[in-house]
Amino acid sequence: MTRDVERISALQGAGGELMGRLLKEHVLSRFSRRSAGRIGLDQLDDGATIDLPQEGEVVITTDSHVVKPIFFPGGDIGRLAACGTLNDLAVMGARPLALTLGLVLEEGFPIGDLERVLDSLDGVLVEVGAALVAGDTKVMGRGELDGIVINTTGLGVAAGPGGRAIGDADFAVGDRVVVSGTIGDHGMALLASREEFHLESSLRSDVAAIWPAIERALAIGGVKAMKDPTRGGLAAALNEMARKSQTCLEVEESAIPVRDEARALADLVGISPLDVANEGKAVLIVEAAKVGDVLAALRSHPLGQDAALIGEVTSEYRGRVVLSTGVGGRRFLEMPLGDPVPRIC
Amino acid sequence: MCLAAPGRVIAIAGNEATVDYGGVRTSARLDALGEPVAVGDYVLVHTGFAIRRLSPEDGEETLRLFDELLASLQEVPRPPRAGDVGEGR
Amino acid sequence: MTRPFAFGDPERARALADAILLLVPAQRVKIVHVCGTHEVTITQHGLRRLLPERVEILEGPGCPVCVTPTRDIDLAVRLAEAGAILCTFGDMTRVPGTRRTLEDARSTGADVRTVLSASEAVAISRKTDRDVVFFAVGFETTAPMTAAILLDRPPPNLSVLVSHKLIPPAMAALLGLPGAEVSGYIAPGHVSTVIGTRPYEALSNEHRMPVVVGGFEPLDVLYAIALVLRQIRDRSPRVENAYPRAVTEEGNRRAQAMMAEVFEASDVAWRGIGTIPASGLALRERFAAFDARRRFPAEGVEGEETIPGCRCSEVLTARAVPTDCPLFATRCTPLTPVGPCMVGGEGACSIWFRYGGRPRL
Repeated sequence: MTRDVERISALQGAGGELMGRLLKEHVLSRFSRRSAGRIGLDQLDDGATIDLPQEGEVVITTDSHVVKPIFFPGGDIGRLAACGTLNDLAVMGARPLALTLGLVLEEGFPIGDLERVLDSLDGVLVEVGAALVAGDTKVMGRGELDGIVINTTGLGVAAGPGGRAIGDADFAVGDRVVVSGTIGDHGMALLASREEFHLESSLRSDVAAIWPAIERALAIGGVKAMKDPTRGGLAAALNEMARKSQTCLEVEESAIPVRDEARALADLVGISPLDVANEGKAVLIVEAAKVGDVLAALRSHPLGQDAALIGEVTSEYRGRVVLSTGVGGRRFLEMPLGDPVPRIC
Repeated sequence: MCLAAPGRVIAIAGNEATVDYGGVRTSARLDALGEPVAVGDYVLVHTGFAIRRLSPEDGEETLRLFDELLASLQEVPRPPRAGDVGEGR
Repeated sequence: MTRPFAFGDPERARALADAILLLVPAQRVKIVHVCGTHEVTITQHGLRRLLPERVEILEGPGCPVCVTPTRDIDLAVRLAEAGAILCTFGDMTRVPGTRRTLEDARSTGADVRTVLSASEAVAISRKTDRDVVFFAVGFETTAPMTAAILLDRPPPNLSVLVSHKLIPPAMAALLGLPGAEVSGYIAPGHVSTVIGTRPYEALSNEHRMPVVVGGFEPLDVLYAIALVLRQIRDRSPRVENAYPRAVTEEGNRRAQAMMAEVFEASDVAWRGIGTIPASGLALRERFAAFDARRRFPAEGVEGEETIPGCRCSEVLTARAVPTDCPLFATRCTPLTPVGPCMVGGEGACSIWFRYGGRPRL
């Protein structure tokens, strides 16, 4: 017996009564925190207001998400959409205040899936104490879009010393390189879940909003730069930081925390955990004198429990990243090119 | 040309074994192996086929071979040769 | 958790590097290996940095994708364009034929599918009535799998474009090329798991050539290098097995038997090298019905196009390294490859590019 799955219809995309009902019953009702100022989501006004604290630079960021599959081990596109944007704010040193949500849905998209995705997104907002204050929903015809596209724009306020946001390149020779936890989890989990590989694994995405752990690190002081190693992984993030700052980042392979299962998969398909996305991690460049305390602060939070010192900023090969390999060799850690393809034979 | 990974056999069903590589599992065909294999054995798998059975003792044996070579070089005094000193490090 | 077959501890690596220093002769030594996975281990772990300057280790024709002749690519492209479902391993899709790559064919509507195993091609052919062609590339580690599926009641709509090649004849052929100057070989571990160590004896005896069969962990490679140097020091060139946990003298008899039942040796062309006698595999008469070459005969163009400036043929024959080529990392990159060495994931140029292009950092 087939049960009729309730699905998005083209009519709902047309605005008017049906759209209104869709929003009310299936979208707006999913969110627990709906305002960050006088005018919020409930007012369904043309915009929302945000109460800002007295000081601190305002930081804004945006991301669109098209991840497939939309439900993956450890998370889904909703969680990813929230964490991606909130983590961009976090690594700028900004406390997240509010999120907007742009949804584009394919006609026929199951409403149950939509609710699951939005619930996930809401869960993250509750975790960090931010609100969903504005949004937009559109429907495209069957086949014109693959399922769902989500855009989130996030707004936060710099919470570090002097209210200054923290960039990704303002550091110097002698500073230390830290990662907030295990590397490669999200990318390797998604790789393992790809049907064509016929693999079973217990790998799960690390997708999480890391502000609560970063906040503790910032309170110590000495954090000079941060970046979230998403697409292209740790290798891409380190290379971008090295290029922009025109310094050399020298890291120790054996110091980079990698889960055993991620390593096992890496050996199997010939793709490095350093080259794949992380969705719940940060790279921090920290003043040498403060790095011990910063590590302790990160480790005091579950999201930073595997934080590790992995290297140092030098001037040997400016603009490059050098890896000291576990066996005692040395090579450049390069910017990965495009989507990693498994080696087979 | 030889990407083959060693894993542990955790189940066998006819011609196919489930192999665990430390949290990641695949299935591997056994028809090209040429010897019996049991749950708990290790196999080397290439493009979905097991090509060799391994045992952890083989791993220990490998370390013994390395150490044997190292020991043998310590016993024999190195004959001096021109051009050797300080080269290449 | 324990990984009983991971060998990479830095203390033993240091000790083996010291051993290499003790064993290295006064003259320059050029060690050649013929396996992309060996090159990856060496480059990924930065092993060249642990070797004295006068010990060079180079990849020879160890990239099956790189040495597949243009004629075979053209045939595969033609079959895909004619409507067959063309199944092949990863990098094959980006290797240039005379006109196009399989990737190009895919982008204009041909059904080209990446598979991870010969059995996947079989699974695909069971789900359709269309012609399915499996483009079988690889050396002796991979050929038994092609044999296995052909011995296992393959469906009639499946055919195989066999482009398997054999390593020992290539190792011998290399020695006859001008400027070869090979001091010793490291033979590929997993090819040897299948074929054993005996096939290397002829070339070792005839050329008084050290041949050490090596494994793929970082310590395995350092150990194999040390054994080559020891043979040179002792003037006792022979076939030596440095990977006994995975390789025996007789090899995997079952896999060999399957290959012998399905294939016969044939003279084939290696891109960048030319034709090497008895260096490839062709399907026996009994399997003619599954032979894509017989089902779909090719008018092929013999010979390869030479690309101006590209030094792939020298890189493939261990007479040049990627950084010797003026196109390396300038015009020729993995995203904009000029020659096959940059396309194949096991090609020296592709590997060096991926790991920074500076072997002794």
